[in-house]
Amino acid sequence: MHTLELTVNGQGHKVEVGLKTTLLEVLRDKLHITSPKVGCNTGDCGTCSVLLDGVLVRSCITNALSVQGKSVTTLEGIIEPGDIHPLQKAFHENYGSQCGFCTPGMILASKALLDANPSPTRDEVKEALSGNLCRCTGYVKIIDSVLAAADEMKS
Amino acid sequence: MSNVIGQRVTRYDGMAHVTGETKFVDDQVVPGTLTVKALRSPVSKGKIKNLDISAAEKMPGVAGVITAADVPCNAFGLIPDQPVLVGEDIRYKGEAIAAVAAVDEDAAMEALEKIGLEIEEQQAVLDPLEAMKDGAPQTRPEGNFQIWDDNNYRQVNLGDVDKAFEQADEIVESVHLHPSVEHAPMEPICSLAVPHAGPKLTIYTVSQALYFHLGMLCGILQMEPGDLHCKQWKAKTGSAWRHNTGYADLNYVGGTVGGGFGGKNDIMADHVAALLALKTGRPCKWRWTRAEDLLYSTFRGAWHITIKDAVTKQGRIIGRQMTSIRDAGSYASLNPYVVEKHCYLGAGPYFIPNVRVRGYCVYTNKPPASSMRGFGITPAAFATEVQMDQIADRLGMDPWEVRMTNAFRKGEFTPTKRILNSVAVIEVLQNLAAKAGVELPGHLKAMASTQERG
Repeated sequence: MHTLELTVNGQGHKVEVGLKTTLLEVLRDKLHITSPKVGCNTGDCGTCSVLLDGVLVRSCITNALSVQGKSVTTLEGIIEPGDIHPLQKAFHENYGSQCGFCTPGMILASKALLDANPSPTRDEVKEALSGNLCRCTGYVKIIDSVLAAADEMKS
Repeated sequence: MSNVIGQRVTRYDGMAHVTGETKFVDDQVVPGTLTVKALRSPVSKGKIKNLDISAAEKMPGVAGVITAADVPCNAFGLIPDQPVLVGEDIRYKGEAIAAVAAVDEDAAMEALEKIGLEIEEQQAVLDPLEAMKDGAPQTRPEGNFQIWDDNNYRQVNLGDVDKAFEQADEIVESVHLHPSVEHAPMEPICSLAVPHAGPKLTIYTVSQALYFHLGMLCGILQMEPGDLHCKQWKAKTGSAWRHNTGYADLNYVGGTVGGGFGGKNDIMADHVAALLALKTGRPCKWRWTRAEDLLYSTFRGAWHITIKDAVTKQGRIIGRQMTSIRDAGSYASLNPYVVEKHCYLGAGPYFIPNVRVRGYCVYTNKPPASSMRGFGITPAAFATEVQMDQIADRLGMDPWEVRMTNAFRKGEFTPTKRILNSVAVIEVLQNLAAKAGVELPGHLKAMASTQERG
């Protein structure tokens, strides 16, 4: 076993992990942070998406020891507890979430986009979310939600 | 409560979804939970000659191994033909034979490799058209056809179809193949069973059919074994199914489903997780991998649909003969109901006065097919609408006109003689044309469902 030190949502953690432990397993099984989901475990569906030092990654194919000393943000950490992020508000108000299983990954992928590009076009939103699958919505309301959040964050 | 019609309504669970607070089954954290893995059949059809779990049980980290011998009532389903774990006869590749509960995934996978399994492989039948032939290998002892009354098909008959074909100006026939479709919800099949003193049990489920499955689970587990009602029911039908009894011992927690689309209408993991929890006395979670979910969960079975219509020069369909073959896979699941609904609605939203539909539900050595959005109606609609275009082509008519000419009018009836008092097919088509930018001719714009057919 090896010791992994990392920061998750602003809080420092020290956990014991094996050589093949994934970041997703650290988050879910050791820290009990459950918004990143196990959808495919092969890096194809995006339900496990988190931000690693601000960059969108798939935690199911990210080796835990490769994030030594780094900072991870999950959906629980994108805003202070009790407050709500414009993306969360927009997904809620625009029905961008249906069953909810893909939603944490979708919102984090959207945040990575808006952090880099505050005024994306519809096509740029589609491109940014192309690694995150949803089987309920047909994506239209998800894209509407991201564009609505971008508008609100600019004003 | 205020009137919400015309208002945008906030989702009651929406805020939890966008903050990550929603707890799906896999998100329930229960300390000490064991990981479940199943030994699945490597062949599509065969007989188990030997199954030895003794070495697997002794592996470090293994808390329990179950086989068919551990299942109190090893037959479930609306037609109770499906075992929880195979006793002797394997019907599909991937069918669960044994299951292991261990401290982690590695220990569970290693234990699976220690299970001794000898199978006498038999010839499988994978194509429903082959399965329908005389002398085909038998998927089930009862034969490859689902039986309705004395027939090996479900039938819906209206009027005199043979006479309609004699009177027809044109006969238009088409064959439609609809492949199988997997629901692929983002949340894979998952179950968490937590034992309590009693023995009682809490099961966290992804089920879309909580009350159906609650009854079936009480039957499979034979909870409250002294219950007379249960015994009588079991003796009568051999079914793992109980009504209104035994629920006090089983706390079935569900309702938060990460996508279903009809793919969580059959019990796939709850029974195994429950049996292992009762055997080990510890919480047991069985989360299927994405590969298991794609390969072995239920799906929309494939269809082979033939439609032959008797048509007049004016585009009226006066008779329809429809023969549909459903590849049901290896167990009934909800297949018979799917085929029935297909037959009831096979004529589409059109008034056809003479109809003969035959729906075959054919068993093959594939994982069991079951419900998916529309219960058999969707493939019927696909075939019917392609056929409408083919009729238009044959007659040189506008496909809108063929549809609106045949569309149900108020007071007409379906092939099962259900009289329709509220109909809007014509108006829906008019609306659709407007939205698609199609300019309908005046006589179609003036058409209405309330007008009596001339």
